[in-house]
Amino acid sequence: MSNDLSPKERMAIDRVHMPELPADERNKNFEEVNLGLSEDQALSEAKRCLQCKTRNCVAGCPVGVSIPEFIDALACEDMPRAAQILRGDNALPAVCGRVCPQETQCEALCIRGKKGDAVAIGYLERYVADWAMQHPDRLLSEPTPEPTGKSVAVVGCGPAGLTAAGELARQGHKVTIFEALHDTGGVLRYGIPEFRLPKEIIDREVAVLAQLGVTIECNVIIGKTLTIAELRSEFDAVFIANGAGLPTMLNIPGENLKGVYAANEFLTRVNLMEAGRREDSATPILQRDEVAVIGGGNTAMDCVRTAKRLGAKRAMIIYRRGEAEMPARVEEIKHAKEEGVEFIMLTAPLEIVATEDGWVKALRCQRMELGPADDSGRRRPQAIPGSEYDIPAGIVINAVGTNANPLLTATAPDLKLNKWGNVVADENGETSIPGVFAGGDIVRGGATVILAMGDGKQAAASIDAYLKR
Amino acid sequence: MFEVVSNEILAENLHKMVLVAPRIARARKAGQFVIVRLDQGEERIPLTIGDADQAAGTITLFIQAIGASTRKIVATPAGGFIRDVAGPLGKETHITNWGRVVCVGGGVGTAVLFPLVKALAEAGNEITTIIGGRSEKYVILADELGALSKNLIITTEDGSQGYKGFVTGPLSEMLADPERVPQAVFAVGPVPMMKAVANITREPGIETIVSLNPIMIDGTGMCGGCRVQVGNQTKFACVDGPEFDAHLVDFDGLSDRLTSYRKEEAARHAAEGCKLAKEVAK
Repeated sequence: MSNDLSPKERMAIDRVHMPELPADERNKNFEEVNLGLSEDQALSEAKRCLQCKTRNCVAGCPVGVSIPEFIDALACEDMPRAAQILRGDNALPAVCGRVCPQETQCEALCIRGKKGDAVAIGYLERYVADWAMQHPDRLLSEPTPEPTGKSVAVVGCGPAGLTAAGELARQGHKVTIFEALHDTGGVLRYGIPEFRLPKEIIDREVAVLAQLGVTIECNVIIGKTLTIAELRSEFDAVFIANGAGLPTMLNIPGENLKGVYAANEFLTRVNLMEAGRREDSATPILQRDEVAVIGGGNTAMDCVRTAKRLGAKRAMIIYRRGEAEMPARVEEIKHAKEEGVEFIMLTAPLEIVATEDGWVKALRCQRMELGPADDSGRRRPQAIPGSEYDIPAGIVINAVGTNANPLLTATAPDLKLNKWGNVVADENGETSIPGVFAGGDIVRGGATVILAMGDGKQAAASIDAYLKR
Repeated sequence: MFEVVSNEILAENLHKMVLVAPRIARARKAGQFVIVRLDQGEERIPLTIGDADQAAGTITLFIQAIGASTRKIVATPAGGFIRDVAGPLGKETHITNWGRVVCVGGGVGTAVLFPLVKALAEAGNEITTIIGGRSEKYVILADELGALSKNLIITTEDGSQGYKGFVTGPLSEMLADPERVPQAVFAVGPVPMMKAVANITREPGIETIVSLNPIMIDGTGMCGGCRVQVGNQTKFACVDGPEFDAHLVDFDGLSDRLTSYRKEEAARHAAEGCKLAKEVAK
């Protein structure tokens, strides 16, 4: 098959719509919301790509996927080649195709977006990655790399660690990933709910790494079980990607009442420990009719949509700015609204009010209005005096963010940190210790899966160069 | 997988389990804990490391089987396996030579106390250990702790062994005696016991340290479930603790948070009981 339509013919094709589970059905279960494109839809969408020479989309991708090339192979119905191109640039394409904010990255720079809708690059990435998972027998075999005899320790089995491990293994280095939890995937497994990213996808992506010869050791906490100094003496290089740390507290009265969760605890119970999802799960989770989630990011959306699925009659987002200022992806906000989540905007929490026996009863709030823009460019919310009121709630979830994890850094005195406790790494991912690199949330603070993956890819290139010095 | 080397019953519902975990045995210090998950689908349970043998590559856990998950863990026989053991977690105990130290243990807390007493004795402290239990059969590790202590005092609520009453009785007597008053007190046990100890050492201003065991999931400083009010700050037991200045801990808040899942756990207990009854009936 060829992909030789004229630009005019390509321009005439409308952007595909992602098929979804109906909102009133999916808000009662944990099935994946986006169903994936059909073959016809994917081929039609692939033909919308103008194959322009500027390739702006690639510049917008933190891991530099050869986007026009894989889309061209897809449009030519050469699936093995499309999969090979994608896999060559991106260690976790089935994950990225689901959770990347394409609308602010590759698709934001797509030339077709200047006049109409951008090519649905994320949907196509998912289509090709899912095809590859379903057709292992049709994939082009990767050349087995010549072993270099060098070994690399990767700290953390999340998106940054998995990406770096894949890249390094493809260079022929012997990679061992150390994971603190009992299972792989890091935030992909404990943080992102199944309705956005099924656990099977993580298992399959991890299996690809195992095939490349990557060893994964769970239940090893670097900084506790082993130190960075010990890893440095046993391995030729180290990549630190141990992720985010403790929740940022709201510092309002009532924060330690029964029924108050930090987002990470709520999500970990449900996602990693399967509380509330499996009847026989040993880990409990509280279920209440009214759940208030404080925050406006993707984590807040994950919490509130999870609370809805666990049976909340009112699942609410409480955010002190307006909807336009929310950092969450547009798609997450849209899905949450369709599923019946209430958005209570320009509202700031003041206090969590208790029942007589110490349970959460309500969230005392204050209404806000937007003033002039602050340093971040967003309009600063200001309190409206006398506007205090109570929102009844049985569970309050704090999803405002996390601080740096101190576990690893506390036992690595030579590792330079910034004033927030994050590891300092240069643009190549190198830290203050020679041979030790870092990336992802431990460097950036709270960021996205794809930025962590970009760091992993960059660090892997730097480590490869370092090992070949 | 972590092999169980031995599993013995010390008292009703209290097991001493030795596991093969060479890395943890090498890295652990007194006061630290591990997170144990028996198998797929099971809970993550924090357990204090009671002792370790670096040469043998083993750690010792004292496990009180009070919930559905801990009962399943202690049902693993020698030669069996535990799927996940992660650690050592938490900060190590600050050990120094205070001079005279009183170590107070109640219930399973007595087992948690064991590594502290051992480390304090090695640092040259003169130790009085007070063990409390409901009755004689709940008094554990008396010989082991006695061997490390200058004095060993046992209290039981029903008077079946030692002093009749609570651990605070003999402790108060020592506090009132200028010859015997300690420079530091360590207390590990049920929250009301630790609170009572803190209350009587507060006024004389004796440094008092307690080891807390709040609700915890990952134990690595990620989820924030283990938060405790200490002074005017929220602390995380898994990374800031598990030991804290007893005079600053909000014991009432801690006690209350520990009841968060009472209803859910009762339901699971009942369900497990039914399942067991059905299996027995078969």
